[in-house]
Amino acid sequence: MAVALDLDVALFEGLCRLGDSTLVLGHRVSEWCGHAPVLEEDIALANVALDLIGQTQLWLGLAAEVEGRGRDADRLAFRRDVWDFRNLLLVERPNGDFGHTLMRQFLFDAWHQPMLKALEDSHDPRIAAIAAKAGKEVAYHLERSADLVIRLGDGTAESHGRMQTALDRLWPYTGEMMMSDDTDRALAEAGIIPAPDSIRPQWDAVVAEVLAEATLKAPDQAYMHKGGKQGTHSEHLGHMLATMQWLQRAYPDSTW
Amino acid sequence: MYAQMVKSEASNDDPALLAAFQARIDAGEKIEPKEWMPEGYRKTLIRQIGQHAHSEIVGQLPEGNWITRAPTLERKAILLAKVQDEAGHGLYLYCAAETLGVSRDELTEALLSGKMKYSSIFNYPTLTWADMGAVGWLVDGAAIMNQVPLQRTSFGPYARAMVRICKEESFHQRQGYDIMMKLAQGTPEQKAMAQDALNRFWYPSLMMFGPSDKDSVHSAQSMAWKIKMNTNDELRQKFVDQTVPQAEYLGLTVPDPAVKWNEEKGGYDFSEPDWAEFFEVIKGNGPCNAERIEARQKAWDDGAWFRDGLMAHAAKQRTAKVAAE
Repeated sequence: MAVALDLDVALFEGLCRLGDSTLVLGHRVSEWCGHAPVLEEDIALANVALDLIGQTQLWLGLAAEVEGRGRDADRLAFRRDVWDFRNLLLVERPNGDFGHTLMRQFLFDAWHQPMLKALEDSHDPRIAAIAAKAGKEVAYHLERSADLVIRLGDGTAESHGRMQTALDRLWPYTGEMMMSDDTDRALAEAGIIPAPDSIRPQWDAVVAEVLAEATLKAPDQAYMHKGGKQGTHSEHLGHMLATMQWLQRAYPDSTW
Repeated sequence: MYAQMVKSEASNDDPALLAAFQARIDAGEKIEPKEWMPEGYRKTLIRQIGQHAHSEIVGQLPEGNWITRAPTLERKAILLAKVQDEAGHGLYLYCAAETLGVSRDELTEALLSGKMKYSSIFNYPTLTWADMGAVGWLVDGAAIMNQVPLQRTSFGPYARAMVRICKEESFHQRQGYDIMMKLAQGTPEQKAMAQDALNRFWYPSLMMFGPSDKDSVHSAQSMAWKIKMNTNDELRQKFVDQTVPQAEYLGLTVPDPAVKWNEEKGGYDFSEPDWAEFFEVIKGNGPCNAERIEARQKAWDDGAWFRDGLMAHAAKQRTAKVAAE
C-alpha cells in the first residue's frame, strides 16, 4: 500500500471537510438575505456569506485538483449527494431565530479562526496560502460574532434568554470540531492539517471568555453528536442540497 | 428608476426666499442639509429619497429568492454581492433622507403601513434563474437611465449618494446581461428560459419610468427644483433605444410586435405598457405586493428583540462608564 496515495485520499477528505463546512455555513447565512433585523446586519451577513463562499471555491478547487478526476469546485458542490458531504454537523443546523444564527456563527468562528492560523504553517504551501487569505476574513467574523453574542447575552432578559437557548441547543454539536479520526491523524502526522484536538485549548479559552462576558452559561452536557465529517448527516442537509443543487440537477451539464 | 409618481409638495414660503432659492438651483449650486429650503422641496425629497431607499430594501427580496439556488459558486457570490450592494444603497439613501429631518425608523414604519411606496417592479415574481439575468439587465438598466442624471440633482447628499450607487448599478447591469448571454448561448431550454424572462419583465420594466408625461401631473415643480431631471417619456424612449439592440444581440425577441426603428424620430416606436395593470400594482394588487410587505414586516417584528437587546446593552455600558468616572 503506497503511503503517498493514502495521503492524497486523506488530503481530499480533509479539504472537503474544510470546504464543505464553509459551503454549508455560507449557504445557511445567505438564507437571511433581505430578512435580517436591521439593514446593517443584512450587509454584514452578506459579507460573511460571501467570504465563506469564496473560501469554498478555494478549498473545493484544491480538493478537486488533489483528487485528479476531472471534477472542479462546482462539480463537488452541486453534484455530490448527502453522504459525500464532509461538513461539520454544527454548520448544517437550521438558522432558527437570529440569536441561533449568531450563536452558531460564534461557536464555529471560535474554532475556524485558530484552525486557519494553524493551517498557515501547513507543509502544503497551497493550503498555507488559502489559510492566510481566509484567516484575515475570519478574524473579522470572530470579532463580530463574539461582540454580538456579548451584547445580546448581556442585553434584555429576552435577548439573554434567546442566546442561552441557542447555546444550549447548539452546544452538543461543538465537540465534533475537536474530534480526530484516522484521516485527521494521517494529515496531522504529515504536517498538512493540524489535529482537530490541538485547537481545543484556544477554542475553550475564547468561548469561556466571551460567554462569561455575555453572562451566558455553557451547558454541563458532555454528550456530543458526531458523523458529519464522515458523511453521516442530519435530515436538514438533504433539504439544503435539494434547494442548492436544483438547477444543476434539473439541467445537468449546462453552462451558467 | 426607483421613484415613481412622487407627488410634489406646494410651498407656502416667502416669495423672495423662494426666488432666491430657485436662482441658486438655476445656477447649478448644490443645496446642503443645513441651508434654507422650501418646505415643499424638503417634503418632496423625503418622499422621493424614501421611496428610492424602500425600493432598494424591498428589491433585495426578488433576487434574494435565487441566492440559495444560484447554479454555481461564482454566480452565488456575484448575486450575494449585488444584493448586498442594494442593502448598502438603501443605507446611504436612508442617511440622505435623515439629513432632511426624518429618521430611518419613521420611514420604515411608513413603508410597512403602506403610507410610502416602493417601485412597482419589485411586486413581480422571479420565477426562474433567467429572471436574475432579466432583473439585472432590464430593471437595473432602467434604474441607471434615471439615476445617472440624478447625479446632478440639486440636493447635495442625494447627488453624492447617486454617484456611488451608479457605479455599482452599472456592474449589476453587466452581470445581468452576462447571465442572459450564457443562457442565450446555452441549451434550447436555457434559451427558452431567457426568452420567457424577457417576455415577463419587458412591460413591467417600461412601467418603472412612471406614467406618460401627459398624465404625469407632478413633474413640472420637481423638474424646476432639479429633483427630477428628465420626463418619464424621455427616459422610457432612451431605455427602449438602448435595450432593443441588446435583445437582438442576444437573439431574443422583445415581446412587442410594434417595436420598429423610426428613422424620423431617431428612435424605436413601441407599445405603451398596460397602465391599468400599473395602477393596480401601485394600489397593492400586484402578484407579490402582499408577500413583499409581509416579508419586511416579519423581519422588522422578529428583529425587535435583537434591536432592543443591543440598545439595552449600550445603555448598560453607558451606566457602567458613568459609574466608573
